[in-house]
Amino acid sequence: MSKKPKIALYWCASCGGCEEAVVDLAEDILQVVEKAEIVFWPVAMDFKRKDVENLKDGEILVSFINGAVRTSEQEEMVKLLRKKSKIVIAFGSCAYTGGIPGLANSYSKEEIMNYYYKEGITVFNPEDKKPTPQYIEKNLSFEIPEFYERVYALDQVIDVDYYIPGCAPTRNVVKNSIFTLFSGNLPPKGSVLGASSKALCNECPLNDTKPEKITLKEFKRIDKNQPEKDKCLLIQGFACLGPVTRGGCEALCVKASYPCTGCFGPLDGIEDYGAKALSFLASLIDSKDEGEIENIINEWMPNPLGIVYKYSLPKSLIFETKNKKNGG
Amino acid sequence: MKDNNFEPKLLGIFCNWCTYLAADLAGVSRMDYPANLRIVRTMCSGRIDPQFILWAFRNGADGVLIGGCHPGDCHYIEGNYKTLRRYKFLKRILKEMGINEKRLRLEWISASEGEKLQRVVKEFVEEIKKLGPISNDDAFKKVLTSTKGGKK
Ligand code: SF4
Ligand code: SF4
Ligand code: SF4
Repeated sequence: MSKKPKIALYWCASCGGCEEAVVDLAEDILQVVEKAEIVFWPVAMDFKRKDVENLKDGEILVSFINGAVRTSEQEEMVKLLRKKSKIVIAFGSCAYTGGIPGLANSYSKEEIMNYYYKEGITVFNPEDKKPTPQYIEKNLSFEIPEFYERVYALDQVIDVDYYIPGCAPTRNVVKNSIFTLFSGNLPPKGSVLGASSKALCNECPLNDTKPEKITLKEFKRIDKNQPEKDKCLLIQGFACLGPVTRGGCEALCVKASYPCTGCFGPLDGIEDYGAKALSFLASLIDSKDEGEIENIINEWMPNPLGIVYKYSLPKSLIFETKNKKNGG
Repeated sequence: MKDNNFEPKLLGIFCNWCTYLAADLAGVSRMDYPANLRIVRTMCSGRIDPQFILWAFRNGADGVLIGGCHPGDCHYIEGNYKTLRRYKFLKRILKEMGINEKRLRLEWISASEGEKLQRVVKEFVEEIKKLGPISNDDAFKKVLTSTKGGKK
């Protein structure tokens, strides 16, 4: 038996980008493999659920779990991994705050099912079949995972020790956090690993061009306007969320002339990222007139919810499950 | 779910310099208004973080009333305009989340307008009674009906 610490990687409701981020470690991943033994990584290696079940409780040192939780299968797997692991890490925005799949929480399960199995323009389903957990065909019964009413962030389902932010986490953030973990010098439970505790603007190369006070008569949409280079995107009218977003990505998007959309999540002490972001954006609006304010918001934003809660709707105060607070 | 005995729980967040004093005035002048409203005082309506409002809804407030100084009268010059912008923005978000936007109301009520305060509170209570408890709203149905997933 190997003496190396065991690690596991798993994905739930994920786009695959987070798994890709691990692969992107390239030669650095060899250092990880040298230090640790991978005991479960279904996306890359042939492991089965039984392999995890056969481990002793707490035998895995760290489980990295990406993706949000939407189905009964995901719930069972993360609970199993929790039991078998000393440390569980929510890897990436989806696991951390619910992520892009979490935007589905603005629709009901019924609306989603109807769209995908009936109303969508490319759907052909004359028998009106929909997935059900119990599927019976010619005396055979199959069980498929149940699709839950809503999407959950990982810590709304199991206890989580640390968080690695990003959609997907950048190479440096992944590397830094893995080395923090292996150093044995563990930060307090609940910490965000590998990123900064300051706002993104702090590390943005355009920060020097950003004045103290910014007011805007209109917000520009990035799909309709070309930003000037070398000038803070916010003063140009693009809703860059850098001031309310945790740094650590080295302003990746801004360097590519794209405003920050907030994937690194809230700064310490903020409970609801979206509320903070909307508060910040609203306070930039340069108008004292109710009608004009409404116009600026409506014209600029076909979908304001998707802007301020792009990565965190399930973790918003409204969708945060009550059972967590009550210790349930 | 129509419950005629429903007594809404309402939170008022009032500016120290105007609406809070109006509530005080209403009190000493014995202008009674429904007891559904509990009041929190902030130094300026501009201090009201949208997180406070969402937190109140999540913890069972059926409605939130923000009270600030009339435009132009803010003790800190522009705080109430910031409130107005945030209020408009938050209303849009509430609607998309599945919370009836009428559950959030903003009123400018000066220190001398005890009567306006009384009228607004009465109206607000009536309005929220018609809407019923916040647990009727879509956002909360989504959270509450998901009994299987997500439990620790
Ligand atoms: S956090 Fe982003 S990259 Fe990772 S699974 Fe979610 S959507 Fe994909
Ligand atoms: S471009 Fe965005 S991140 Fe950079 S300084 Fe301006 S607001 Fe901050
Ligand atoms: S700039 Fe913003 S959206 Fe882009 S990677 Fe960094 S934190 Fe994420």
